[in-house]
Amino acid sequence: MTDHLLTALRDLAEPAPATLAERVVDTWVRVPGPLGEVVAVAGARGVRLLRLTAHVGDVEAFLEGYRTRHARPVRPAARPPRGLVPALRGTGAGPELDLGDLTPFAREVLAVTARIPAGQTRPYGWVAREAGRPRAVRAVGTVLARNPVPLLVPCHRVVRGDGDLGEYLSGRADKVALLEREGVELERLAALAAAGTRLVGSDTTGVVCFPTCHHARRITDAHRHGFASLVRARAAGYRPCRACRPL
Amino acid sequence: MADDEQLRAALVEDLDAGFEAVVRAHGDVVHAVARRTADRAADAEDLAAEAFLRAYRALRGYAPARIETLALRPWLLTILLNTARNDRRDAARRPRTDGVTPVPDRPTAAPGPAERAEGGEVADRLARLLAELPAAQRTAVVLRHVVDLPVAEVAAVLGIGEATARSHAKRGLDALRTRLTADTSEETA
Repeated sequence: MTDHLLTALRDLAEPAPATLAERVVDTWVRVPGPLGEVVAVAGARGVRLLRLTAHVGDVEAFLEGYRTRHARPVRPAARPPRGLVPALRGTGAGPELDLGDLTPFAREVLAVTARIPAGQTRPYGWVAREAGRPRAVRAVGTVLARNPVPLLVPCHRVVRGDGDLGEYLSGRADKVALLEREGVELERLAALAAAGTRLVGSDTTGVVCFPTCHHARRITDAHRHGFASLVRARAAGYRPCRACRPL
Repeated sequence: MADDEQLRAALVEDLDAGFEAVVRAHGDVVHAVARRTADRAADAEDLAAEAFLRAYRALRGYAPARIETLALRPWLLTILLNTARNDRRDAARRPRTDGVTPVPDRPTAAPGPAERAEGGEVADRLARLLAELPAAQRTAVVLRHVVDLPVAEVAAVLGIGEATARSHAKRGLDALRTRLTADTSEETA
């Protein structure tokens, strides 16, 4: 009987799941990106941090900073996280992201930002409204300025409400380069902003959009009307586009 | 599997690479104890991972001389048990907000036909009885008999004398034997 009990107890020692080491030890890689090489750190649940190598400077010091800040070990990865390289080339759904260290509001801001289509821009105030806190425009700016995964969460597509491109983690020139690469017509947007035009509508559909919305880009010159605000557009009988939800 | 001597040398050489080797070498024993300490099976891997991360954090502050003399397995298990204790205290202070109702590892319903299969049923019942032991006895039985540590190491993990460790384990074992017999006679009655 004693032997049976001891054997049964020893059988209760379940081996660790194969995933335990991945859960504990994060990995890092260098891969090419649209602004040059990037360094990415990933845990078992997804990419946790991404930075431009050029912006980081000394990669070893960067990794040491990561270990100190997050109190997690990091070793070189055998291969990049699935989906990372295609996402940086502008294709695919992107890798899994692990944003568990962020506040719920920051996660929501990044989730909203991630839904802005390539080649389009949205104002900070729009992100704030979509994230459920329309007055938290500055807080949105702060969250995006600290975006742990730029390029993967396209914070470069968020611009100022007055049409100015605003700032970017690695500098305004990088923001311009990224938007141009996606086909955003920056000169046209600047001209609209200079004229005080924030939204454009079509007099055939009676719908008003952000200028970069794919619906707005289909409007022919003869039918395009500019508006300084959604209030003005509504007063003229236009309704906001359901795709880009202008404000 | 790397022995502790090699692991300690690896830690001193390159903390992060060495630490991964430590997780691979001691993951099974840490997880097995976590599994018998966590209230829910799903929490065991979380608990083990959290304990390893705490261990890593501590190692970052240790001088090489200290790492070179560290008895890794009992040190890791001490951290695991402290982590589990802190988690339980935190859980008692604030209710879970993730919508998961904490279910103690004690099935209330009778096991289904599949679970009644030979062996599985015995293991389930034993796991339940083990979970019901007083904490000191349960931990001693888990360390001594589930993961098979020598008495001296059980004592080191629990920070108690060897005689006390032996007596906790024995009383736990006796209680399990009594309850197993009682359970069986209830079922056959």
